[in-house]
Amino acid sequence: MTEEIWMTATEAPALTASRLTHLQRLEAEAIHIMREAVSEAERPAMLYSMGKDSSVMLRLAVKAFHPSTAPFPLVHVDTMWKFQAMYAFRDATAAEHGLELIVHHNPECIEKNINPIDHGSALHTDMWKTEGLKQIVDERKFDVMFGGARRDEEKSRAKERVFSIRSPQHQWDPKRQRPELWQLYNGRRNKGETVRVFPISNWTELDVWQYIHLEQIPLVDLYFAKARPVVERDGTLIVVDDDRLRLEPGEVPEMRTVRFRTLGCYPITGAIESTADTLPRIIQEMLLATTSERQGRVADHDGISSLEKKKQEGHF
Amino acid sequence: MAGSGSTTTQALIAENIDDYLTQHQYKSLLRFITCGSVDDGKSTLIGRLLYETHLVFEDHLAALEVDSAKVGTQGGDLDFALLLDGLSAEREQGITIDVAYRFFTTEHRKFIVADTPGHEQYTRNMVTGASTADVAIILVDARKGVLTQTRRHSYLVSLLGIKHVVVAINKMDLTDYSHEVFSSIQEEYTDFAARIGLEHVTFIPLSALRGDNIVEASANTPWYHGPTLLGFLETVPVDDDLAEQSFRMPVQWVNRPNLDFRGFSGRIVGGSIKPGDSIRVLPAGTTSTVDRIVTMDGDLDEAIAGQSVTITLTDEIDASRGDLICGSDDPAEVADQFEAHIVWMHEDAMLPGRPYLVKIGTRTVGATISQPKYRVDINTLDHLAATTLELNEIGVCNISLDRPIPFDAYDTNRDTGGFIVIDKLTNVTVGAGLLHFALRRSHNIHWQDVKVDKAARAVLNNHEPAVIWFTGLSGSGKSTIADIVESKLHAQGVRTYLLDGDNVRHGLNRDLGFTDADRVENIRRIAEVAALMVDAGLIVLVSFISPFRAERRLARDAVEVGEFIEVYVDTPIDVAEQRDPKGLYAKARRGELANFTGIDSPYEPPESAEVRVDTSTMTAEQAADEVLRALQDRAEKI
Ligand SMILES: Nc1nc2c(ncn2[C@@H]2O[C@H](COP(=O)(O)OP(=O)(O)O)[C@@H](O)[C@H]2O)c(=O)[nH]1
Repeated sequence: MTEEIWMTATEAPALTASRLTHLQRLEAEAIHIMREAVSEAERPAMLYSMGKDSSVMLRLAVKAFHPSTAPFPLVHVDTMWKFQAMYAFRDATAAEHGLELIVHHNPECIEKNINPIDHGSALHTDMWKTEGLKQIVDERKFDVMFGGARRDEEKSRAKERVFSIRSPQHQWDPKRQRPELWQLYNGRRNKGETVRVFPISNWTELDVWQYIHLEQIPLVDLYFAKARPVVERDGTLIVVDDDRLRLEPGEVPEMRTVRFRTLGCYPITGAIESTADTLPRIIQEMLLATTSERQGRVADHDGISSLEKKKQEGHF
Repeated sequence: MAGSGSTTTQALIAENIDDYLTQHQYKSLLRFITCGSVDDGKSTLIGRLLYETHLVFEDHLAALEVDSAKVGTQGGDLDFALLLDGLSAEREQGITIDVAYRFFTTEHRKFIVADTPGHEQYTRNMVTGASTADVAIILVDARKGVLTQTRRHSYLVSLLGIKHVVVAINKMDLTDYSHEVFSSIQEEYTDFAARIGLEHVTFIPLSALRGDNIVEASANTPWYHGPTLLGFLETVPVDDDLAEQSFRMPVQWVNRPNLDFRGFSGRIVGGSIKPGDSIRVLPAGTTSTVDRIVTMDGDLDEAIAGQSVTITLTDEIDASRGDLICGSDDPAEVADQFEAHIVWMHEDAMLPGRPYLVKIGTRTVGATISQPKYRVDINTLDHLAATTLELNEIGVCNISLDRPIPFDAYDTNRDTGGFIVIDKLTNVTVGAGLLHFALRRSHNIHWQDVKVDKAARAVLNNHEPAVIWFTGLSGSGKSTIADIVESKLHAQGVRTYLLDGDNVRHGLNRDLGFTDADRVENIRRIAEVAALMVDAGLIVLVSFISPFRAERRLARDAVEVGEFIEVYVDTPIDVAEQRDPKGLYAKARRGELANFTGIDSPYEPPESAEVRVDTSTMTAEQAADEVLRALQDRAEKI
């Protein structure tokens, strides 16, 4: 940017008391969306995955209904392969907020022992998460599910609505999505239809991090750099979280200072080498980084529109 | 990081992240929309903005290089437009067909871009994107100048009340950065802008492709002294007047954690509020005083437009979701009939008189829309006569709600004057509207100057008309059930009429016998009479054997979808014959009656009757209740 514009930069944003910052607006918008969705729902629930976006969502939910308790349970569609630290964090967080926590395991996956090591990340994710989510929505008859997806995550998400209508078969059909004007969301459903609601649609990764920083929202410590036992596979750093990870002959975990940019099932989530052990340093690293966030997810590498396909199948 | 963005920022991030975060924390938010015809360079422009503000990561950039070589339109150069394509089907067609939202950040602001297509049939998308925008960028191809599409986009921008407009004259590189070209487009557009009431218009000569005047003032346009595009976007005032307006907060949710706390949660859409301010709750008109402004981060001394808060009042007054809390000095108006612009957004055309739902603020009410007073040709701005509004059409209509609501004119406040129209049957959002003013007679229940039509009669009668068509064998119980249904409806104040063999055969159809041709004519007349009575607003009960599907179909088609309720009185022939109240079966058996249904003439049972009752297993009373329930369901659906 040129010098002149940099000059105006220092003069321009003279902040008057009557102007909100972008984060204040994003927060107010998300709270508005949550209250609308709850008001038009019969059985709402919030998907909770212990990640940073989930943590922001939970904070927003607490704020939206304060001093009442958020009027919905947290739903974790588990895969059995999350990091142990994530499970501990989940249970502690739900207890702290006095929220009901529903953990669902797809019984078919338990029976067939579906896991990422033998079955690959695509099948593992599809069976545990995509199918598991449908099961729990049907079983509990949830009509509104809050999710923490953001439009900046992937190209096809840029067009996703805040209120996303799913057919009774959980299908997402681009043609059936409703126009969203002003702050007016139409949460009405036909029989069997459900709505996925994304209150932080307009947040970027930076917004999420900055909000966590400002609000001092607790996070799973996996986001912070620490010495952890690591093996390197095809260039991906895998943290050995428990003894279910079968080590290849000759593979010896070594201690390396790593952290995660995104949290998933530990055998398919790559760590990055980093010394960032505070939020500002994480943000700094992210801003100076050269690759986009989702690269750490092995699950996303199968083609350009894989996310879109998953969405049509009913995945988040 | 990729991109040619500010090295100053990069240095700040690297050297002092805490300072950077502090700076970033106080950024404001600006939402804008880009409008242009296909190929004007919209995608290139947005891609360029993302690139310049270094939102393009290296992995994306690598993909972009590959894609540019494969499908790009720029030879070997980077084709920024490829950064934006979303859904794969659209990607294959080479057009974007929906509203997509993009994000980028500079030193001063965070930006949300609504990217909407310029394609003819997508008024819907543009209106959607414009509804939340603070600024509109209208792209003009320098070689083509102001086109029909440019006018259309500008009209929509003015209709949706966007205060700041940038006319980005793009592809200046292809006109040798000619000042004359720029000036003549500016002149032509200025005239037009004045006609449609656009106030703040800024013209910027650009090349989205080459980057001229996007971030840095271009050496190629020394004659231009205005802001660069980004410079403009970073400094234009946002929502400057919203907080100065009258206080408005729609109640979203009543917050009652326990008996000692009763708060009203909502997002402030106008003005500001402090504890001690007096307020008025509309439509009831109750007044009270703000006690506290509660948030999880502590009570506030003041809250302003844009914030989501919970307000408690000093009095125990009744307010619920859908109410509007206003400053007591300047409350909103309350009315139930309005003139409004309606933008139709669905393939099924608007049906004047049909009951829809309208959501405004946090309130959803029943509504009917009159025939358009006129439709706007968005290309010429001419007013055209119209009986309905099709997808992507815009018209001015009267709208009548089933109860009074608080509102402001859309021009004053988008959030208390903008509404969506929802179809009651499918729950889909089918239209959007902008309230202008309440009709003067609004406090009467009826429209006085609309044509007296079926909808008007339905309003007067307080119910929708319908045909309840009872079909079944002779002696099945049709007339008995129809009688009970009619008495019950009558007792509810519903206007009814019963058509049966007796009152029709002896008068209107006295000239008809029982030949095939006469039977058809008999049904045709009954169907026509029923349709007239429906138009007159009645619930018509028709009790006829009507054995043939084709004739019942004819009767169904004589009225509108949803107005016909077919009741199949499904009584086994032996039961009916046993009852034989008029001795007709006996006669037919004796051969004294020819073509008697069930004996020597077939009865074709309905395949998808709305109601089926069997009088051999239920009483006539129960059967009548079944029919009334169906009528009730239908009333709830439409
Ligand atoms: N020479 C030149 N070409 C441009 C400019 N902006 C866009 N284009 C080209 O015009 C074509 C259409 O651009 P695109 O961004 O896809 O248009 P959209 O349909 O409005 O999104 C592409 O071949 C672009 O490379 C410009 O400023 N100068």
